[in-house]
Amino acid sequence: MNRFDYVRAGSIAEAIAAASEPGAAYLAAGTNLLDLMKGGLTHPTRLVDVTRLPGLDRIERLPDGGVRVGALVRNADLAHDADFARAYPSVAEALLSGASAQLRNAATTAGNLLQRTRCPYFYDPASACNKREPGAGCEALGGETRGHAILGWSEHCIATHPSDFCVPLVALDAVVEIEGRAGRREVPLEAFHRLPGDTPERESVLEPGELVTAVRLPGEAAGFAAHSRYAKVRERTSYAFALVSVAAALRLDGGRIGEARIALGGVALKPWRAREAETALVGAAPDAAAFRRAADAALAGARPSGDNAFKIELARRLIVRALTLATAGTPERMPALPASVFAPASGDPLHA
Amino acid sequence: MTIPLSLTINGTRREIALDDPRVTLLDLLRERLHLTGSKKGCDRGQCGACTVLVDGRRINACLQLAASLDGAEVLTIEGLAEGDALHPVQAAFVEHDGFQCGFCTPGQIMSAVGLIREAQAGDDPERIREAMSGNLCRCGAYLGITEAVRDAQSRMNQGNAA
Ligand SMILES: Cc1cc2nc3c(=O)[nH]c(=O)nc-3n(C[C@H](O)[C@H](O)[C@H](O)COP(=O)(O)OP(=O)(O)OC[C@H]3O[C@@H](n4cnc5c(N)ncnc54)[C@H](O)[C@@H]3O)c2cc1C
Ligand code: SF4
Ligand code: FES
Ligand code: FES
Repeated sequence: MNRFDYVRAGSIAEAIAAASEPGAAYLAAGTNLLDLMKGGLTHPTRLVDVTRLPGLDRIERLPDGGVRVGALVRNADLAHDADFARAYPSVAEALLSGASAQLRNAATTAGNLLQRTRCPYFYDPASACNKREPGAGCEALGGETRGHAILGWSEHCIATHPSDFCVPLVALDAVVEIEGRAGRREVPLEAFHRLPGDTPERESVLEPGELVTAVRLPGEAAGFAAHSRYAKVRERTSYAFALVSVAAALRLDGGRIGEARIALGGVALKPWRAREAETALVGAAPDAAAFRRAADAALAGARPSGDNAFKIELARRLIVRALTLATAGTPERMPALPASVFAPASGDPLHA
Repeated sequence: MTIPLSLTINGTRREIALDDPRVTLLDLLRERLHLTGSKKGCDRGQCGACTVLVDGRRINACLQLAASLDGAEVLTIEGLAEGDALHPVQAAFVEHDGFQCGFCTPGQIMSAVGLIREAQAGDDPERIREAMSGNLCRCGAYLGITEAVRDAQSRMNQGNAA
């Protein structure tokens, strides 16, 4: 790890000023940043510690019935906040399906949004990577591409965004609150992460020094609470990143679907909102045929980026699964194995 | 530039002048304070061997900069027993064969102490296994670990009720 200056910011203005210098990076819990620095993959010359910034560790109810989650709220605290989990159960389930209890106790809201890809070539300093070194090339192309993108990728980068948290957030129209030298602004989460195009090194819309201060969910998104699930396929049942994941939320009107929300994780360099699939479901009866039509619509533009054509069909099937689970209803209690596809729909334990 | 730190470690207040901001909590404990009970398995958040409690919450000490912890209370495996009397979680690990080689054990035990404080898993073995998934055991002592956590938790809860 390279040496750096450590700056503990006491106010938002101080943090922004300190982080606007070239080579500076914000430090939240450090569970992603320190990992990358230890691997010699990123070399900030100054770390601006934001963990003491006042007022950013709160979960606030808003007048529209929505909620503002401060940038420093820890992933575990958000998932276990009873009011939050009741209103946005798929977000709680996604959080609890990610990383480990130790990591969730540390990891912050903003840090989770801004965590970087897990592409193994990005993680290997001996491999060429356009994200680490713009113009160097992409060694993932033609390499081991089982986990890589099937949507929105380019010849310059085929990596995916690894966050579970972001998947239901983008489905539920979350908004990111940002503060910088030029003042405050807000950006829908759907427009926050960038697809690779020919500048894969630019990962979000943040300008140098801009600080994420909160993530907001609209009150209207709580209208899906009764039928909201997250499903995640991974190489082991816990403590593993998603190969493919799906957030599904439904509003049922009598026997029909009034409104649907679907987003996918592990398939693109951003959490992927599947609006065509949502439209395809409106007015339909919640049955297998409608779910399969929605799944086909969601993956219509998908292309393998290597040896990962299987992920296209896997994503379709997982959409059907997540919609089936959502239709059955949000369970009273968080499932013992959050988001696991091995958990029986009945809620009985997997191992007696 | 030194960074002044004040930490309470296992109940004792320590004033530390950190000469290098790169030092993690794990390296501070092991290399500078000679508390080698917390283990370094992967040094990257992937194994849980370094688990300690910071302000009562279990975290991975390998991914935490010491510099950012000024004022914190740290509890490590060395601070768990009271004299010769083992902590109930330590005693339960011995009783239920919750280990073979013992390398992962300090992390497992600190993680279990954190899990019991979190009070989310209840007595369900499936939930306990899920909540302990951040601690890998290469010897595969998981069966004993799960039993030890259940047993220690029920004894501690009875103790609280009494
Ligand atoms: C072994 C392991 C397994 C994991 N498994 C999963 C998983 O299954 N699912 C999952 O979703 N995640 C997983 N994670 C990732 C984990 O969720 C992230 O490391 C964590 O959310 C990052 O949060 P942090 O507070 O530690 O961020 P940091 O590491 O402190 O920061 C991450 C990035 O965000 C920037 N940043 C932080 N705060 C701000 C801010 N307020 N404004 C602007 N920029 C900011 C930092 O500069 C840095 O670039 C795993 C991590 C590990 C180590
Ligand atoms: S896929 Fe993207 S992150 Fe991976 S090596 Fe290529 S450019 Fe780098
Ligand atoms: S040493 Fe910290 S998690 Fe492995
Ligand atoms: S007892 Fe050997 S690694 Fe767990």
